[in-house]
Amino acid sequence: MVIFICHSCSNENVETYVPTPSPLQIPPLFENNILNPITPTNNPQTEEGIALGKKLFFDPILSGDNSQACANCHNPKNAFTDPKRFSDGINGSLGNRNSMPLFNLAWNYEEKFFWDGSVFSLEHQVFEPVSDPTEMASNWTQLEAELQQHPEYPDLFEKAFGTSTIDSNLVAKAIAQFERTLISSNSKFDRHLLGEAELTPEELNGFNVFMDENRGDCFHCHGSDKNPLWTDNIFHNNGLDENFSDLGLGAVTGDPADNGKFKTPSLRNLAFTAPYMHDGRFATIDEVIDHYSEGLKNSSTIDPLMKKVAQGGVGLSEKDKTDLKSFLLSLSDHEFINNSAFNNQ
Amino acid sequence: MKYIKPLFLLLSIIICSCHEDADDKVFQANIAFNFSHAWDGEEVTNSDFNTIKFTNENGEQLSIEKLRYLISNITFEKTTGETYVFDGYYLIDVTNNSNLSFTPNSTIPTGHYSKVSFTFGFNNEDNYNNYPDLNSTSWNVPEMLGGGYHYMQLEGKFIDNITNETGYAYHAIRAVDNTGSTPVFEDTFFEVDLDAANITDSTTFNIEMNIAEWFKNPNAWNLNELNNMLMPNFNAQIMMFENGQNAFSLKSVN
Ligand code: HEC
Ligand code: HEC
Repeated sequence: MVIFICHSCSNENVETYVPTPSPLQIPPLFENNILNPITPTNNPQTEEGIALGKKLFFDPILSGDNSQACANCHNPKNAFTDPKRFSDGINGSLGNRNSMPLFNLAWNYEEKFFWDGSVFSLEHQVFEPVSDPTEMASNWTQLEAELQQHPEYPDLFEKAFGTSTIDSNLVAKAIAQFERTLISSNSKFDRHLLGEAELTPEELNGFNVFMDENRGDCFHCHGSDKNPLWTDNIFHNNGLDENFSDLGLGAVTGDPADNGKFKTPSLRNLAFTAPYMHDGRFATIDEVIDHYSEGLKNSSTIDPLMKKVAQGGVGLSEKDKTDLKSFLLSLSDHEFINNSAFNNQ
Repeated sequence: MKYIKPLFLLLSIIICSCHEDADDKVFQANIAFNFSHAWDGEEVTNSDFNTIKFTNENGEQLSIEKLRYLISNITFEKTTGETYVFDGYYLIDVTNNSNLSFTPNSTIPTGHYSKVSFTFGFNNEDNYNNYPDLNSTSWNVPEMLGGGYHYMQLEGKFIDNITNETGYAYHAIRAVDNTGSTPVFEDTFFEVDLDAANITDSTTFNIEMNIAEWFKNPNAWNLNELNNMLMPNFNAQIMMFENGQNAFSLKSVN
């Protein structure tokens, strides 16, 4: 009986078309230190799926008037975010949040996306910008029809998913596959951990400021040498405001204790991702460091880890500030932004 | 076709269970653990978080916003010296209501055990391994403090002397004085003794942590003085260790 089952299974496999599997390449530093990335079983990574996702990501066909691609607000040169504080939608309307960089997304274990965690999973996320009136302002029925009539897409969907009938779920799956390949793991600090690069004394002191509870104390939320994501992917109020114009997580959960909480962003690639914070209020890393050092604003939901709020913050010396910045910049991955696999050519 | 797979599964279960019956003369019991939390007798769950509603021994009013802690090396000892250890560790996360109850994968033989215990935190041997799941949840202790892992993170706000709400971060780790040229350590993990137990069948240990104890005995904790930057504070770590001794108790076994 066992033999019979196996036999019938393998027969089925021969009949159905299978795209070429292309599992995520897990960097050694990640493999050794953190849990494996999340890839949904109903959307395995394949060469054809990734290639299709990439084409869609860079294709303005996804927007209402065919003028805007995902890449317009998620530019590879900026580690897939937008250097503008607020991105222009196709109708010239502005959102109220800064775009987010896209990398190491498959390691967001809880799969809560956006600054406020309002969307679960990368596949679901794709549905938001396409129909958002302040972003791509398209509609899915129209988009599906457009893709179906396109000279190339039906064939590419056939190759990626074994069907040339295009629907929104497959569009989302392909884009999510491409997004999962955006892995950043080759900063100077990564190479330092692998014994391939040496940090300057300033960068080393900056790292110590970052790790020292008596000075920066950033590691409780922003990762460490043992957590190369440089984020906990959790929501905190890091003391930006006394009153909130954007409730963040609180608007999603309805719990006032969550007001003013936003997802901790990764500190990788800060060299390319200005401006900073959910509303892009800080143009430079110096402004961010000054915020933590002496600019904290108190509110009832401020994180208990934001200490010395009454004095405005941890009060770093000028040298510690400069060194902290050098360290933060050592987390930027120049190979990532120049990787041809991630660029439109 | 549709019926073949379930049938096959069913068979494999029967085969496995026959196998066990044939081989094992002693019955094996599953052991479950259930952690509950209280403030001096009043039950505390994460729905009590984020509101200033507790008063500590020192008279300070406080809230809890985060509570998670690690236990390891659950051990069952017999008078004969036979010892069964559930290898591994459990990160009990009250904030997210996760891992409050768990059943270790392995089983132990039924019988009388003269002592059941677990370790709060990690012993030194276990503390310095590399655990990807704990790294992923940012549970590490910085290398400058010797590395390893947190034992507990208890955070919230308290009303300070000038009636401001101020944050506290009561983080327990292995005590270290790193002010000199070589760091000096003192162990702060401890054994929680759950006493003797008769294991006749699958059994659940119901354990309670009285959170108030961390602020009480023998050191009445002064949050105005000790609220933050406690990880590098050697004396604070020793005080946490001392206060933790009476934090856990066995409520029932069933
Ligand atoms: C008009 C600009 C704009 C366009 C076009 C756009 N995005 Fe975004 N994207 C944003 C902004 C702004 C955010 C943050 C939104 C928020 O938190 O409310 C964001 C967030 C995201 C996130 C969440 C990242 C995280 O870590 O949580 C993903 C993933 C993403 N976008 C993918 C896409 C994809 C895929 C497309 C194309 C289908 C796209 N975006 C098109 C502006 C844009
Ligand atoms: C309590 C957790 C917590 C701690 C501790 C913390 N941060 Fe943050 N950090 C956050 C959160 C949350 C945000 C996003 C806040 C927002 O946009 O509303 C953030 C944002 C940032 C950003 C902006 C990144 C971007 O892409 O927009 C930088 C840079 C940063 N933090 C650096 C630091 C440094 C340096 C320290 C230590 C001095 C530190 N953080 C300590 C939680 C924390």
